[in-house]
Amino acid sequence: MPTGVPIEFSGLTKQFGQVAAVSDLSFTVEPGQVTGFLGPNGAGKTTTLRMLLGLVQPSSGSASFGGTAYAQLDSPLSTVGASLEAASFHPGRSARNHLAVYAQAAGLPKTAPDAALEKVGLAGYANRRVGGYSLGMRQRLGLAFALLGDPGVLVLDEPINGLDPEGIKWIRLLLRAMAAEGRTVLISSHLLSEVQQTVDEVVIISHGTLVHRGELSTLDTSDTKQVQVNADDRDRLAEIIRGAGYTVSNLRSGVLVDNAEAGEIGRLAFDAGIPLTGLSQKRTGLEESFLTLVGEEGAL
Amino acid sequence: MSLVHAVRSETTKITSTRLWWVLALIMVGYVGICAGGLGAIFGGLGTNTNGPVLPDAQIPLLIYGFATSVGYVFPVLFGALAVTSEFRFQSLTPTFLATPRRGVVLAAKLITLFLAGAGFGVLALLASMGAGAAVLAGFGIDPLLSDPATWAFVGRSLLAMALWAAIGVGLGTLVPSQVAAIVIVLAFTQFVEPLLRLGSGITDWSAQIGQFLPGSASDALVGSSIYTAMSGGGGVALEWWQGGLVLAAIAAVATLIGFATSWRRDVS
Repeated sequence: MPTGVPIEFSGLTKQFGQVAAVSDLSFTVEPGQVTGFLGPNGAGKTTTLRMLLGLVQPSSGSASFGGTAYAQLDSPLSTVGASLEAASFHPGRSARNHLAVYAQAAGLPKTAPDAALEKVGLAGYANRRVGGYSLGMRQRLGLAFALLGDPGVLVLDEPINGLDPEGIKWIRLLLRAMAAEGRTVLISSHLLSEVQQTVDEVVIISHGTLVHRGELSTLDTSDTKQVQVNADDRDRLAEIIRGAGYTVSNLRSGVLVDNAEAGEIGRLAFDAGIPLTGLSQKRTGLEESFLTLVGEEGAL
Repeated sequence: MSLVHAVRSETTKITSTRLWWVLALIMVGYVGICAGGLGAIFGGLGTNTNGPVLPDAQIPLLIYGFATSVGYVFPVLFGALAVTSEFRFQSLTPTFLATPRRGVVLAAKLITLFLAGAGFGVLALLASMGAGAAVLAGFGIDPLLSDPATWAFVGRSLLAMALWAAIGVGLGTLVPSQVAAIVIVLAFTQFVEPLLRLGSGITDWSAQIGQFLPGSASDALVGSSIYTAMSGGGGVALEWWQGGLVLAAIAAVATLIGFATSWRRDVS
């Protein structure tokens, strides 16, 4: 079983002319967990990953896998599996031959392409030309390329983009299983909600600089907790809650109470003898913190 | 070790799409028709009482020479497309991920396409010698198939086709845009160079320069072609090995400049 090594970014910087696409990024991605690399489109995620993989030359700083730069790895595809956003396929080549090209270049066994296609559920389409693949199938083929050498480190750029709900569930389980085996898994996304159920750690960048890193739960920095509650006699419910000193606003499907715990609101209603038809704690903190970190314009 | 792997990978790349046999099919048809057609013309002239333009002994190689004199554009295109398609389909990303040492990839491409060019040469010679020899034999002209000079010509033709494919690789790295590379290949080989060769023959000093044009160098290497026959055989020409060196130098210089520019650029 290949084990993961940490991915280390140290002062990584890329200037395109006067514009800094990535500035002084330093962080470490640990093995054994899934790390989400988040930021709005254009934040510099792809450039960072391309520098990590030796495809783009950094202006300064470095990135390595357990201390070794990608270009210096002895057997790159067996150490790091990467899938980048661009659909890098010759449309006239079959999926099996596409993978065989790179398996041969890396000196992998002849069985590697079929094994990788099997893992991503494309075994039945191995001889079909890639030009006829759907977006979801291309994503899976990109993942098959990443898995080709059974690597201890996975670097995936927007792997969930273009997958159907079933595919999203499948990749979620796959990535979690890979991390549980001790591999290092780094996935990028521009949507927190897309990876929220998959990642343990988050690294968030905006305009090429690191704005937050830590466990997913540390992202929930907002103090505002809200409770959504509903009853048949909604006006009286709102009156009671307001009477207890809460700020209340009306929603289409109930009443929204700021700075409240569901238990307290439930007790208030119980004491007043109002039967509730709905009561839930709102957890909007993650997404809101994310949007605050990356700036509102990034949400678009 | 990694060069061997890379050559294997490049070989799979060029054999796993339809391009090679589409180009080869057109080449074989084109070369075969030219060789068969001209064979018929010379055969007809030979039996005509007005007298032959050329001695019988020169005719076979002139006709077999269509393999390179009209066929050379196909290995050039094949070599150029092998490089430009990597840029066009962004497949340099997985290529450089599998083989991070970019020089190794380019060296493997040169080796692979050099061999593929020789393979195109085999097919082109099969077409020109097959059609040519059949037609000549039909007119009672000795096709010279057992002459050692013919087989030396075959060897030099294979080398020429291999070098042309390597020049294509160089061109592809110099001009990564696929459309631009195709336009340059076709415009230069079909229009610009023939005119330059014709024009350079007018004065002695320009003929000295003209012999270094890639097409002239290729004809010098092969030793017989319709162009040299048309200029009456009196024009200046390089020795066969000099012609080979000129082609190899063009391939090397183009590839080195391409490596230093487009090949080492950021891949995004």
